[in-house]
Amino acid sequence: MPPRADAPPAATTVRRFTPAQRWAHRAVALLMGVCVATAACLYVPQLAQLVGRRALVVTLHQWAGLLLPVPVPAALVSRAFRADLGRLNRFGPHDRVWLRAALRRDRRPASRPAGKFNAGQKLYAAWIAGATLVMLGTGLLMWFTHLTPLVWRTAATFVHDWLALTAGIVLAGHIGMALADPEARRGLRTGSVRREWAEREHSLWRP
Amino acid sequence: MKPEHPSHNRDVPGADDPDARGTPVGRRVLLGTLGLGALGLAAAPSLQRGLESFLAGAADRDPTGLTGLLPNGGGFRYYSVVASVPRKDARTYRLTVDGLVDRPASYTLADLKALPQTRLVRDVQCVTGWRVPGTPFEGVRLSRLLDAAGVRPTARAVRFTCFDGTYSESLTLDQARRADVLVALRMRDEDIGHGHGGPARLYVAPMYFYKSAKWLSGVTVTEDVEPGYWELRGYDVDAWVGRSNGRDDAPTS
Repeated sequence: MPPRADAPPAATTVRRFTPAQRWAHRAVALLMGVCVATAACLYVPQLAQLVGRRALVVTLHQWAGLLLPVPVPAALVSRAFRADLGRLNRFGPHDRVWLRAALRRDRRPASRPAGKFNAGQKLYAAWIAGATLVMLGTGLLMWFTHLTPLVWRTAATFVHDWLALTAGIVLAGHIGMALADPEARRGLRTGSVRREWAEREHSLWRP
Repeated sequence: MKPEHPSHNRDVPGADDPDARGTPVGRRVLLGTLGLGALGLAAAPSLQRGLESFLAGAADRDPTGLTGLLPNGGGFRYYSVVASVPRKDARTYRLTVDGLVDRPASYTLADLKALPQTRLVRDVQCVTGWRVPGTPFEGVRLSRLLDAAGVRPTARAVRFTCFDGTYSESLTLDQARRADVLVALRMRDEDIGHGHGGPARLYVAPMYFYKSAKWLSGVTVTEDVEPGYWELRGYDVDAWVGRSNGRDDAPTS
């Protein structure tokens, strides 16, 4: 009996991330989680009332925030991680097509061409990196209050508060999309994804 | 000649990778975010004024209370330095007055309510920046309790302790005797609830709100000022609004 024409190829999964990339993501996620959780305990009255311990929560928030920008530069020693940063940086014509489809709420994979990362992921990565640095800068201004004049500190508090709210909403979107896509989560958990998923969601990616 | 073999090294974007070339939009977005952050810093004073007045108006017509969660959305913020605070009511609450006095005393809530009450309406200013305009506080003048106890001549300061077990505050005797310093029993024309430091809290109208210790349980007359909880962590002991902690807020009293 001849082999069936549609027999699955030898490799049904493809490698998406190396350990360096996965650990960088885990470290950033953990630190970001601590930042968000402690911020909520400092800020939301009901949580502040439940948790109290203000001095401890402030210390946790400050140190998690200080360490948050560390994992990405540390992961630059990995060639694969550097390559992914390059991919996230570059936008081609297909990204424009993807963004237009997203704005039209067109969910058909055929209208959303993407390389290893789609245009939404690229925008998110660049924005959250910039926002993290702004949060770090304004946070430091609020922490070391004797270094700058008052008007700077009030301004830093204002930017820190509103950007925290914005980043929290964007982050919730990021997590929500991950929850809706088990295969994308598997990629970050195990490093591999099903070839069929990669070909559908990232049609231009050649792993 | 054979065509060049496409790169299959998964770690490096090869010539067949659509993301190997293209416009560096990612870098621009990152730098743009940084630029917007800097712009936000510069524009913050005027933006903040506009937003505050808008949100104060919105909060008046907001039955859900969600505007209270927005930054500077108006209203008080709950700060506690301990994990949990015991609840005290009219039956269990006591305020002791002791230290360098001739007649130490212990007041129940009813004792305090029986004394002449003073009502003050001032802005509340927190050292972290939030301000609540025109907030009524009502209670017994601290000077009345000090006079009743008979302060000895060697005394120069007052230390306050709280039934959360940790928080403390202090004033000089002159500051404590001001007419705008109360042991407050009512706030916003209601009995003070647990979340706001009830059933009785200190109210030091002219100073940043960390001086207005919540859950007040002890007034001890001392020889010297003993810095309180936040003051041991860097805040100013003489916490006049607008003239301390490096801030220039409008005075509250």
